[in-house]
Amino acid sequence: MSAARRRIADPTLVALAFVLTLFGIAMVYSAGQTDVPTLVARLYRQQILWFCLGLGAAYAVSRASVRFLDWVATPAYAASCFLLLLLLFVGAGAGTAAGTKSWLAIGGVRLGQPSELAKIVVVLMLAKILAARREAPKSLLDLWKPALVVFVPWLLIMQQPDLGTGIVFVGIFFAMLFWAGVSWQLLVLVASPVVSLILAFGPGVWGAWFLVLIALVLWYKPYLVEGVAVVLANVVTGVVAPILWDKLNPYQQKRLLVFLDPTADPLASGYHVIQSQVAIGSGGWFGKGFTLGSQKRLAFLPAQHTDFIFPVVGEELGFLGITVAMALFLMLLLRSVRIAARSPDPFPSLVAFGLASAWFVHILVNVGMTLNLMPITGIPLPFFSYGGSFLLACWIAVGILVRISAEGRGKADMLVI
Amino acid sequence: MSYHPNEMQRRARLAAALLFLAFVFLVGSFFRTQVLQHAQYVLQSEENRLREVPLPAPRGVIYDRRGQIIAENLPGYSVSLLAPSVDSLRAALKRLSGTISLSSEQVDQAVRRFRRAPNRPAVIFSDASFDVVSVLEEHRVEFPGLIIQSAPKRYYPDGPAVAAFIGYTGEVNENELASASFRGYKAGQQVGKDGLERQYESLLRGREGTRFVEVDARGRVVREAGARQDLLPEAAAPMYTNIDLDLQKFTVELFGDSLIGGVVALDPRSGAVLALHSAPTFDPNRFIGGIPVEYWRALNQDERRPLYNKAIKGTYAPGSIWKLATAVLALQSGLVSLEDQMPLACTGGFQYGNRRFKCWDKKGHGHLTLAQAIEVSCDVYFYQLGLKIGLSRLVAGGVDLGARERTGIDLPSETRSIFPTAPATEYYNRRFGPRGWTQSASLNLAIGQGENAQTVINMARFYTALATDGAAVQPEIVRGAAQRTQLFALNDEQMTGVRKALAGVVQRGTAAASRIEGVMLAGKTGTAQNAQDATRDHAWFVGFAPADDAKIVVAVMLEFGGHGTRAARIASKIIEHYLKMQTTQAILTEGD
Repeated sequence: MSAARRRIADPTLVALAFVLTLFGIAMVYSAGQTDVPTLVARLYRQQILWFCLGLGAAYAVSRASVRFLDWVATPAYAASCFLLLLLLFVGAGAGTAAGTKSWLAIGGVRLGQPSELAKIVVVLMLAKILAARREAPKSLLDLWKPALVVFVPWLLIMQQPDLGTGIVFVGIFFAMLFWAGVSWQLLVLVASPVVSLILAFGPGVWGAWFLVLIALVLWYKPYLVEGVAVVLANVVTGVVAPILWDKLNPYQQKRLLVFLDPTADPLASGYHVIQSQVAIGSGGWFGKGFTLGSQKRLAFLPAQHTDFIFPVVGEELGFLGITVAMALFLMLLLRSVRIAARSPDPFPSLVAFGLASAWFVHILVNVGMTLNLMPITGIPLPFFSYGGSFLLACWIAVGILVRISAEGRGKADMLVI
Repeated sequence: MSYHPNEMQRRARLAAALLFLAFVFLVGSFFRTQVLQHAQYVLQSEENRLREVPLPAPRGVIYDRRGQIIAENLPGYSVSLLAPSVDSLRAALKRLSGTISLSSEQVDQAVRRFRRAPNRPAVIFSDASFDVVSVLEEHRVEFPGLIIQSAPKRYYPDGPAVAAFIGYTGEVNENELASASFRGYKAGQQVGKDGLERQYESLLRGREGTRFVEVDARGRVVREAGARQDLLPEAAAPMYTNIDLDLQKFTVELFGDSLIGGVVALDPRSGAVLALHSAPTFDPNRFIGGIPVEYWRALNQDERRPLYNKAIKGTYAPGSIWKLATAVLALQSGLVSLEDQMPLACTGGFQYGNRRFKCWDKKGHGHLTLAQAIEVSCDVYFYQLGLKIGLSRLVAGGVDLGARERTGIDLPSETRSIFPTAPATEYYNRRFGPRGWTQSASLNLAIGQGENAQTVINMARFYTALATDGAAVQPEIVRGAAQRTQLFALNDEQMTGVRKALAGVVQRGTAAASRIEGVMLAGKTGTAQNAQDATRDHAWFVGFAPADDAKIVVAVMLEFGGHGTRAARIASKIIEHYLKMQTTQAILTEGD
């Protein structure tokens, strides 16, 4: 290969991901700078190691053609499901997710969280299924395959339990159906039982929603069986919801309740949200200065190196830092959507959009959570939160996107990273 | 799936628009939190990390009239814990009890203090010993919320000698915090509990300072945020009293351990309280920083009642010292002169109705003038004088002489003296029923028995009027302008006559054993029967000297002390000591 061809296929995307990761590592370093030192102080070094590993993985992945990804999707999916199933028996809790079985550990050495990689695999599998069809799914029956693809790993992950990752799967599912051309009416019908579930707590609101749904069914005119099924499903979830509520773990109920009113239990669950808002709010325009956040230094912020790393940005770098970070994220996502849109084939296009949507759900839920716009679900922020598997997964996604971008512009033989 | 490029472009634009909206919404939310609500969150962040640590102010030093210290402050240490919650406080106390000994009561008390003021450090020891402090300093790293700071500790150098009026200090309690007079006080602060400390609390307390410490989420002290200059504690101004500490200590020594009773020494012109004592006494120093249980129990079980202030709280039948009140009433209304005799001579008793009222001297006194009757304290003369005055005038006159009043001394727990109210008939009817009493009540009243119980301080006040011009002075421990009240109006001749008769008591009469060489001492003994113990009378003496120009009035009451002569001996020694000191002082001053 000549020197002239050794170029990065999509420098914009790689540069954005690179800057975001450096920004993130700086914040992980800052999160460790507390007045009473903890183990977190040294974690930024591990994050750098994972970043190097991630770069290597991204390079390797970018060398694999889209055809190979298409081919590997099915066995990878099967392997992932098996791994997630295995995890329910051998999984270990660790770090900020101590109560769950998210970690794969062999001989006491924690290797990582398979659910992070499962997200990518599910995107691949879902893209493969959806791309195989000539037409976009037009009825609920057409959707059973893609639904099953997401449902199996989703169920396994919810068993860990990891509500956050579960939400990401749901987000990926709807985003990719949208990209595949499924009409918005059908999407609403699919989502309607979940909406019913949420609205079931207010009978009046649920009643209104139900009328809207009936109207939508009459207008969209699905198959009779499907229409009845949707309506029935809504009735069931609307009525079953309170019963399900009782079956939730008390801490899960608490988290949802605290989402509705964070001051309800200020020193227990609501404490996190309040402290997060205090940290962000006290940052002001320009923040208290890098590593100088007092909320963070005095350990008022919970999980400040993982789930609540964004409040550290807000406290230390202020609204300016937040805006810069959000702008970088937005550019990354827009770039990914552009890659998806320019890809001539369905499979890579769907993969690119699916990966972007996974990032988007992560950002939306994590950032929203720090401002009490979303419930606390323990979902990390891409490129920022400390966590090896997740950073690795993010960079693998970057590698895939770069490959898709390169192939989409006929530069497949180019050295992509 | 439709993958026509136009379709893709449409969806991409829609997706981009949605993305853009979502990000604008998020950034907008950050703008609201970080820019619009910035001030509110900054405040919350400060409250989060800063804890107020009170810096107690030294109380005002209390001096006697010559600048000797009665109450001062010694350097002490308080130990307290900052904790975010009761649970963590309990946990910290539990760990602490592995290093120093902590009783479960101390733990409970610390928890109570925390509950009352969760934002202030919970005090564990308000007065920690040096040993405890040095051990804790050594282990400081293990107890992150621990705050050890110097806290001035109240100290009375002559503790037991000044116990009767100084009071003591202690932690403000819940009742006090709830009352209006303690508005602005915070739980854990030291306040005056009795005596001068309580009376002049507002002048003695000083102004508490505040320093801030920065704590982390677990309440661990991370660093000192430093005290602002205007939040430094301010010591209260010193307080100067009229007490003559030498005389006070001399008086206390006279009483020693064996005598029970109360004594008050006043300057009859200014009202200055020169000495005030109640025996037996206790050590107020042991009350500081919490009264030890066993000490408290011992004091309460002592039947001599050391905590009962016999100078200002205890009321006792005045006995013969009240005869001066009867005499003054008679003289004032012109019923008798000092030279007048009563119809019947004293034969050791007096028949009234079907009952014989005895004189204290069974041999009898024969015919006496009023002046002579005062000297020898003849009961029979005063029985007849009482009848002559009449019950209603005896009662109304007594009330006018302040027999039902507090003296207004600047101490918190003075008792009102007991005496019938006017009109007398109404009072006796109410008390005994219309047929339950006779005019013989005036016989008892005339000699200071019956429905009459006076505090020592009130008797001293009455005699300040006899020692001067008929105006009684309000006793004051802390220097102030003299407040005198005219109790009776006798002419100069009568005043001189009464004082001469009182001087005769000491020269020739009942207190003849208590003469002071070279000084004309005037006074009156009293031997008062009491309801508690018929065999042991209360011994009284109230006197002043020099008789013609009194510098000091002393009232002494010995509980169950027997004859008044015993009280007279003590009073005369106090007066002698005081006058001698005065003379020495005067010579020294002239020599300058």
